[in-house]
Amino acid sequence: MKNLIVIRNLALLFAVAAGVALWSGCGQQGAPAGKSGALSSSAAEKVYVAPGEKDEFYAFLSGGFSGQVSVHGLPSGRLFKIIPVFSVDAEKGYGFNEETKAMLNTSHGFIPWDDAHHPELSQTNGETDGRWLFINANNTPRIARIDLSTFETVEIVEIPNSGGNHSSPFTTENTEYVVAGTRFGVPYPQQDVPISSYAEKFKGMLTYVKVDPETGHMDIAFQILLPAFDYDLAHSGKGKSHGWTFFTTYNTEQKHSLLEVAASQRDKDFIAAVNWKKAEEYLAQGKYHEVPARYALNRYDDETHMATSTIKDKVKVLIPEECPGMVYFLPTPKSPHGVDVDPTGEYIVGNGKLSADLTVHSFTKMMQAIENESFETVIEGIPVLKYEDVVAGVVKEAGLGPLHTEFDDRGYGYTSFFISSEVVKWKVGTWEVVDRVPTYYSIGHLMIPGGDSRKPQGKYLVALNKITKDRYLPTGPELCHAAQLYDISGDKMELLLDFPTMGEPHYAQGISADRIIPRQKKFFKLEENKHPYAAKGEKEGRVERKGNEVHVYMTTIRSHFAPDNIEGIKVGDKVYFHVTNLEQDWDVPHGFAIMGANNAELLIMPGQTETLLWEPKAEGVYPFYCTDFCSALHQEMQGYVRVSPRNANVALKWWLGEEEPVQ
Amino acid sequence: MKRLPQILMLLASLLLAGLFIWPMWRITLVAPQYPNGVTMYIYINKIGGESESTLQNINILNHYVGMKPIVPESIPELQYFQWIVLGMIVLGLLAAIVNRRSAFLAWAVVMTVLAAAGLYDFYLWEYDYGHNLSPDAPIKIPGASYQPPLIGTKTILNFVATSLPHTSGIMAGLAIVLALAAWWLKGKTESDEKAPARRARRAGARVHAIA
Ligand SMILES: [Cu+2]
Repeated sequence: MKNLIVIRNLALLFAVAAGVALWSGCGQQGAPAGKSGALSSSAAEKVYVAPGEKDEFYAFLSGGFSGQVSVHGLPSGRLFKIIPVFSVDAEKGYGFNEETKAMLNTSHGFIPWDDAHHPELSQTNGETDGRWLFINANNTPRIARIDLSTFETVEIVEIPNSGGNHSSPFTTENTEYVVAGTRFGVPYPQQDVPISSYAEKFKGMLTYVKVDPETGHMDIAFQILLPAFDYDLAHSGKGKSHGWTFFTTYNTEQKHSLLEVAASQRDKDFIAAVNWKKAEEYLAQGKYHEVPARYALNRYDDETHMATSTIKDKVKVLIPEECPGMVYFLPTPKSPHGVDVDPTGEYIVGNGKLSADLTVHSFTKMMQAIENESFETVIEGIPVLKYEDVVAGVVKEAGLGPLHTEFDDRGYGYTSFFISSEVVKWKVGTWEVVDRVPTYYSIGHLMIPGGDSRKPQGKYLVALNKITKDRYLPTGPELCHAAQLYDISGDKMELLLDFPTMGEPHYAQGISADRIIPRQKKFFKLEENKHPYAAKGEKEGRVERKGNEVHVYMTTIRSHFAPDNIEGIKVGDKVYFHVTNLEQDWDVPHGFAIMGANNAELLIMPGQTETLLWEPKAEGVYPFYCTDFCSALHQEMQGYVRVSPRNANVALKWWLGEEEPVQ
Repeated sequence: MKRLPQILMLLASLLLAGLFIWPMWRITLVAPQYPNGVTMYIYINKIGGESESTLQNINILNHYVGMKPIVPESIPELQYFQWIVLGMIVLGLLAAIVNRRSAFLAWAVVMTVLAAAGLYDFYLWEYDYGHNLSPDAPIKIPGASYQPPLIGTKTILNFVATSLPHTSGIMAGLAIVLALAAWWLKGKTESDEKAPARRARRAGARVHAIA
């Protein structure tokens, strides 16, 4: 095994050496340029959003291992909201209240955490439309949809036959599909086999999830069975290449141990080009295999204010050998990481992460090569095109460790280089490098609003960095992750701002605020509330017992609960507080917290109903209160529940104020 | 030109129909926490706001200082005022049909009296809401009252309240002006018409005298 290291080429050794130097925090060439004093006062002016003013762009940053999405403003970098997606969030009761538990259901049961990587905005005609944001869960493969009128997660679909959902969700240009390519080969079907049977038993699945154009509802349309390569990243074609999706691969060596060496041997891996319109035709012709596959489909309804989880049991699988013309492999040097398509749809950029070059393929040349049937070889029914036939150009020695490319609207590409820790700007078509700027430190993804769509808005670029080292006040062993904002409107990129982020930001998306603001929901209309336990007025406030289950129909309005005194609860009861917020105004949530609750609080938006389960374990009188400072009388917004022994004879009663207790 | 007064009278009565479409008055409350203000619209037959929930939101604010909730169903004026307006439209149309000066003036006078009575009534309601406070109010400020202005701007605690006539209120005012204009023009055209006749009568008398 050691011998393998020796035969690695010099460039790679240099690359790794540079990386190590960086990680140890020294040897950063050009570092002083970005240090204090380098920023001109005009940079400060460019990011200064005066008190009361609003940012020009929304930025949606993945929370990485936090499992969530954070919403920032650009150019200020200010954090507005953390949207819980794949991880429970006690603050919002997400995954704790009875309504949202189903959102985190999977074929493996309830999962309270995941690793969220790539936010992707919905598009219409290749342009971000501000309707939805999709994001993938890497660990237990899933795709979530966030509604940008409520900024809440409204749907999560699990991806079966997959392991490590990394090349996902990357929409098509009219949000026909979001995709999910498996990063880890897994046995197909999943079964107990020796790991060493990888080459024979393991497969790599690409999944196409259909998105309903009206409702946004997702479900799996079909899967495509491929060799057990590692499908790393993806982007769909646009314009002339609309109808295709490109997935990068690594580990085409199909190794399963010490991949850092074993999977870095080949000179070239592949970009898999999938003709999904062709796949649709085969699907229509019935050329699919319906195979058993358990996966959860979880939907949240804004009228019942409740999620439901459905377990599905089969998927349609297409096999390339039976479906000619559906998948091709494009040889691409050195374990390409990101694959990015320029705004015209002509150029497909493979960011060969273990090299210094970027390889750019031409869609036109690819189509020509397919027409000429000029194939190097065929792997499992998938023709491998010839590198020389498809390559359009190479951005030569641009930096070390290229990962991702985004585009502006002036014909330039911007590529992140992890090892040399910089962003490099190059011209599409001539492939010449025109500018470079350091990042602090080790940039992963980068983002330009609309930078992966047909209509980039090339004013700002956000670098999403992997480490911060000495950039911020230290916070113990774990330091913050951070993003950096660059002005790219001129010839030279200019660093404007550093700002910390939540979790580890992977990819991000940006969009003009004016595409989001008009969609905002200010509150939920009470008359549209279809929650089965809603109390739409104080008169509907009541307590009902069914055996040891107690249902409290409670309302909130500034500044009291109704009812706020409850007696007749017994030790061992399961008490469900169904709290309806009667407010009908923007920005007036109420909270609900009760002593001894083993879950979390409720944070109920106006017009919404949420339910907290409380199981009192000892007799006594327990206070509850509103947790969200709602008014001048917020501190008075409180109440009591009396808990009696299991065999007690205390009648069930409830009241508010000095009215006679209701029985 | 001869028909102008009649047309003006017709327009005056039709302008009142606006009361059934647009609000006649609005009260806007602006505070630091309500930068865009909370606006309440008063119609001839209902009280509304920018949204269906405005009234609820205003009532929530008002209850801190012990003001009664505004419940449109309990305000009788909102029930019967619309019938008076309907009556005035009919009377205005009749006045236009009979096309008599005195009818125009009578209509304008009645309208003015009704408008004045309406404004006084509005003032009384405002006074009642602003002064008749619950003794259990959570926030009690000695000597304070919360009566919004009848017309104009006034600071009430953290709010700046502005009360102004709105579309159909202005239209109703314009209706009075048009009716008065019709009355005045009618007088002018009638005297112009009668003038030659008088001259002719006088001339006739002279002829008789000579004969
Ligand atoms: Cu509250």
